[in-house]
Amino acid sequence: MMKLPAKSFSLACAIALTSAASYAQAPLKIGFLGTMSGPAGALGQDQYDAFMLGIEHLGGKLGNSPVQVLKEDDQLKPDLGVELAKKLIEKDKVNIITGVTFSNVMMAVHKPITDAGVFLIGSNAGPTPITGKGCSPMYFSTSWNNDSLHESMGAYAREQGYKRVYLMAPNYQAGKDALAGFKAQYKGDGLDEIYTQINQPDYSAEIAQMQAAKPDAVYVFYPGGMGVNFVKQYQQAGLLGKLPLLSAATVDGTSLPALKDIALGIITSSPYSPDIDNPQNKKFVDDFRKKYNRLPSLYAAQSYDAAMLLNSALQKTQGKLDREPLRAALKQADFKSVAGPFRFNNNQFPIRNFYRVDVAKDSSGQAAFVTKGVVLKDHPDAYASQCAMK
Amino acid sequence: MTWSLFFIQLLNGLQLGVLLFMLSAGLTLVFGIMSFVNLAHGCLYMMGAYFAATVYGATDSFLAAGVAAVVGGGVLAALVERVVARPLYSRDHLDHVLATFGLILFFNELARWIWGASPMYMNVPPALSGTIEIFGVMYPKYRFAIISVGLLAALGCYLLIAKTRVGMLIRAGSLNPTMVAALGVNIRLLNALVFSLGGALAGLAGLMGSPILSVQPGMGEPVLILVMIVIVIGGIGSVQGAFYAALMVGVIDTAGRAFLPLLLREFIDRSSAQAAGPAIASMLTCMFMAAVLALRPQGLFPVKNQ
Repeated sequence: MMKLPAKSFSLACAIALTSAASYAQAPLKIGFLGTMSGPAGALGQDQYDAFMLGIEHLGGKLGNSPVQVLKEDDQLKPDLGVELAKKLIEKDKVNIITGVTFSNVMMAVHKPITDAGVFLIGSNAGPTPITGKGCSPMYFSTSWNNDSLHESMGAYAREQGYKRVYLMAPNYQAGKDALAGFKAQYKGDGLDEIYTQINQPDYSAEIAQMQAAKPDAVYVFYPGGMGVNFVKQYQQAGLLGKLPLLSAATVDGTSLPALKDIALGIITSSPYSPDIDNPQNKKFVDDFRKKYNRLPSLYAAQSYDAAMLLNSALQKTQGKLDREPLRAALKQADFKSVAGPFRFNNNQFPIRNFYRVDVAKDSSGQAAFVTKGVVLKDHPDAYASQCAMK
Repeated sequence: MTWSLFFIQLLNGLQLGVLLFMLSAGLTLVFGIMSFVNLAHGCLYMMGAYFAATVYGATDSFLAAGVAAVVGGGVLAALVERVVARPLYSRDHLDHVLATFGLILFFNELARWIWGASPMYMNVPPALSGTIEIFGVMYPKYRFAIISVGLLAALGCYLLIAKTRVGMLIRAGSLNPTMVAALGVNIRLLNALVFSLGGALAGLAGLMGSPILSVQPGMGEPVLILVMIVIVIGGIGSVQGAFYAALMVGVIDTAGRAFLPLLLREFIDRSSAQAAGPAIASMLTCMFMAAVLALRPQGLFPVKNQ
């Protein structure tokens, strides 16, 4: 409730500014829509903090226009997401919306936003329908298609020559997609697949079955609290470090600070790691750490990239928001991503590297994400060919 | 399938069973003696887990965490009894459901407010970490600790109820509370005692559960469903029934998850078995309850009422 007066005040300022000053100095309005509360709120918070850090690094401006960011929390509710997107577009008259943390919210807001002629720069969720057939010229992603994380672990398992891999995921659509993505790259037939109930707290029965099956490696997809429970129980069974645990979206920058040494030895696939060696990433990680007192997650990195991408494009158009020139400028992706090589595919999803990132002790003896090389280099997603855009 | 694997899964079932027992013993008594429907019992478990994780994080002492969880659970339950339950004993079950459902919302938000939305973690105490090898399969030591504590709690409940004066009153209360009150027993005090005993056991379950689970708002509700099933199967008001039923439910649930997908593969193709297996496994305990209700509506081990 406290937000309202402040917002209307800034709105009044904005109106005053538009009428008093020249057009070029009116603040560029950007809507940030993310999941900021609830158990998954840490993800959206990371996205928002990193986006704001990006703008701070650019002196409060994107492409020389001062920026006003309107933050909205979708609470992981697709219907609320749509309502907030409509509010941002119709009432606040934003030209660009960024963020969007979860796929179900993305599926709901993608069409209303792009249909309204507003640019959507997604910095996390990448559901398959909008990657392939449903791609839109108004939508750019600085993240990945949901399958890519799993594909890269599948490729890793194949490269390692694991003969028998034990796959586990929750019994719902994203879990099935995860295992399908893994299998698409693994290409072997030595597989055992176990689906567990969604939000199952205890995996003792499955871990016992897994041990009896004597696999060469285990691959799991357990996002959120499920991942925490699974990793703890896997470690307690004395398996971590003995039986390779490959994972995607199971341990991330938001759960590692609390899991710490328990997670040592986990192998993950990720498009980003805080120790990726390039100057822009060093600056990003150092300042993020200084400002927010924690390490940036991949969600943070993608959102920082979104700010840099917008800046590069708006510089090219000299702050003008006309649709076609801005779109062409965005598509050039003329910025330096903190995650390394970055360019757009025909579906406006990135072609980028996927790294093997282990949880290991860093130079200061803390459990941290450590990059162990590139698994998939310049990897395009598998659905770009289904997108009609050129 | 080998015998060793079967044995391990039996241990897993036993471990789930004793956890369920610690949660259902108190609840079944509250149900039986006061005829009070307490949906907020899972919250006491959650708060116990939070107390344990907080104290363990601050002191590194599992014993201190245990005291915090058990005493905290007991005191909190006494408070709930005094403030919410007592004025409602004479009202009908729907009012109990409404009030205690409100408590669920209250406690979950309270936990979110105090400890934040992201899960808390509690490490296994060093003395209990590590594994024991049984027939070639690594089994965590801590799970044995859960089983031991659960069995001790069951033994304690048995001694209290079968051998002490208070236990006699509790048994009498679950058979005929009006008569117990008419005989001059302070039934209010007895009620408060039973309520906080249940809360203390729920706190103990929270303590034992938190090193293997993430402690987070809402963790009490999924387990509450299993606990309700246990109570119905065991017979309302029967602690002995709750014990046997908890072990049955624990073993059925674990065996279903472990062996049903494998079993289904023998009859239908692999991918459908993979999809149907976990779905049917999660229904098994409910089907068992339905069967019990159809054949013995008073439960398998009812309190003898005649």
